[in-house]
Amino acid sequence: MEALYFNVSDGYLEGIVRGYKSAILNTTHYLNLTQCETLDDLKLQLSATDYGNFLANEPSPIAASTIHEKATQKLVDEFKYVRNNAMAPLSQFLDYLTYAYMIDNVILLITGTLHERDTNELLERCHPLGVFDTMPALCVATNVTELYETVMVETPLAPYFQKISVNDIDELNIEIIRNTLYKAYLEDFYDYCKRIGGVTGELMSEILEFEADRRTINITINSFDTELSRDDRAKLFPNLGKLYPEGHMKLARADCLDHVKAVVEVWVEYRPFFDTTLNSFGGAATSEAKTLDDRFFEYEVHLNKLTFQQQFHYAIFYAFLKLKEQEIRNILWIAECISQGQKEKINNYIAIF
Amino acid sequence: MIILTASPYLWALFGIALCIGLSVVGAAWGIFITGSSILGGAVKAPRIKTKNLISIIFCEVVAIYGVIMAIVFSAKLQNIDSKDLYTPSNYFTGYALFWGGITVGFCNLFCGIAVGITGSTAALADAQDPALFVKILVVEIFGSILGLFGLIIGLLQTGRAGEFAAAK
Repeated sequence: MEALYFNVSDGYLEGIVRGYKSAILNTTHYLNLTQCETLDDLKLQLSATDYGNFLANEPSPIAASTIHEKATQKLVDEFKYVRNNAMAPLSQFLDYLTYAYMIDNVILLITGTLHERDTNELLERCHPLGVFDTMPALCVATNVTELYETVMVETPLAPYFQKISVNDIDELNIEIIRNTLYKAYLEDFYDYCKRIGGVTGELMSEILEFEADRRTINITINSFDTELSRDDRAKLFPNLGKLYPEGHMKLARADCLDHVKAVVEVWVEYRPFFDTTLNSFGGAATSEAKTLDDRFFEYEVHLNKLTFQQQFHYAIFYAFLKLKEQEIRNILWIAECISQGQKEKINNYIAIF
Repeated sequence: MIILTASPYLWALFGIALCIGLSVVGAAWGIFITGSSILGGAVKAPRIKTKNLISIIFCEVVAIYGVIMAIVFSAKLQNIDSKDLYTPSNYFTGYALFWGGITVGFCNLFCGIAVGITGSTAALADAQDPALFVKILVVEIFGSILGLFGLIIGLLQTGRAGEFAAAK
């Protein structure tokens, strides 16, 4: 039934985003990119794609980090165009997408302040999609209550801060703060998508559940050999996903990678993630097996591609953002391999289309 | 018997209003659904602009069916004095025009919506892969036949209804 009224406010933007999606690099483009000998070659190849002359004003020799920065800027421009033309409820959905970047920026600024880095340098390193007005004021806060009352209370992240129980900001607690914020954000976003319902609710639930499972597994693996107690670890798992609630209980007690593997293998979709045999990364053979992270990215790309098979829903906006990010990661990987001369690993990218 | 006190003019004119009104709603609905998708898709794939106007034309045709039927129906209207109006023949004309109008109106409403949604998908699919357009157009053609069905049945329903005539 969404087909009847979706196009009133969002039809044009759906057409635009599908246009952006058709410009995403495919395997032929990647084959050309991996054949490049230098970064200037890479720039030439990219100018034949939708990226066009985005590096035109950069002095040669180009660095891989410049390519990454300019590509991200192009993505941000496209996202901002869509966001500026969006009406509610799409505009609120797109805002939710930016909260994840806001959380990353907040944590970056707090960590940087803790290590006494220069404010301006930190602000330059923030992700442009997560920028909000009162960001520079974050550099003066010293504990969480002050942080909340002076800065966060006016931002959209305010409700997520109420779940934080630690008061001091130090090394371990930063990660706990980041994960608590992200957990609150993910649960909030999931509820919002469920309230929108329809095809959007269905597709986004699946994607966000995978995201929650991925974070759960990563938190578990990263917390081995740290001071994080089992209860604290369990409190950081988002309350959604296939692994909730039985998987969470077992993962909270896991002590090594084999335990994690044993728990997660019950779910069929996640079984191949722990396969450590030497697999080729789509196309050419490589010298290493895919890591768990690679497999998570691959599955995420698979879920995001599926959203484009249906029309009249918001999940394509989320999927477009994530697929373009993956493409930028791929381009950066290829650029780094070229600039460091490590051609054996150059095929370890995740092909999208 | 209350129904019989209602003037046949009420039924006839209401039928004509629904006929053209609902047809136009269907056509407009279809056009806005297709139009917004064509606008969005044509930004990155300008070649789809001209071919996809066919979808808009299919939606428009639905409104034309409504106009044709409304003109055919309104040809049966005559100004008759109320003491001569309530004849069986006039009752029949009134009812026939009412239900004929509803038939044509609703058929065109749903036809317009169907063609519109399919046209939107055709535009976006064409932007991705030009080979798909003609195949999806076939789906649209089947959709637009629905309006034609309404037209035919409307004509059959009102074919034997005479003009409004005074009692002899």
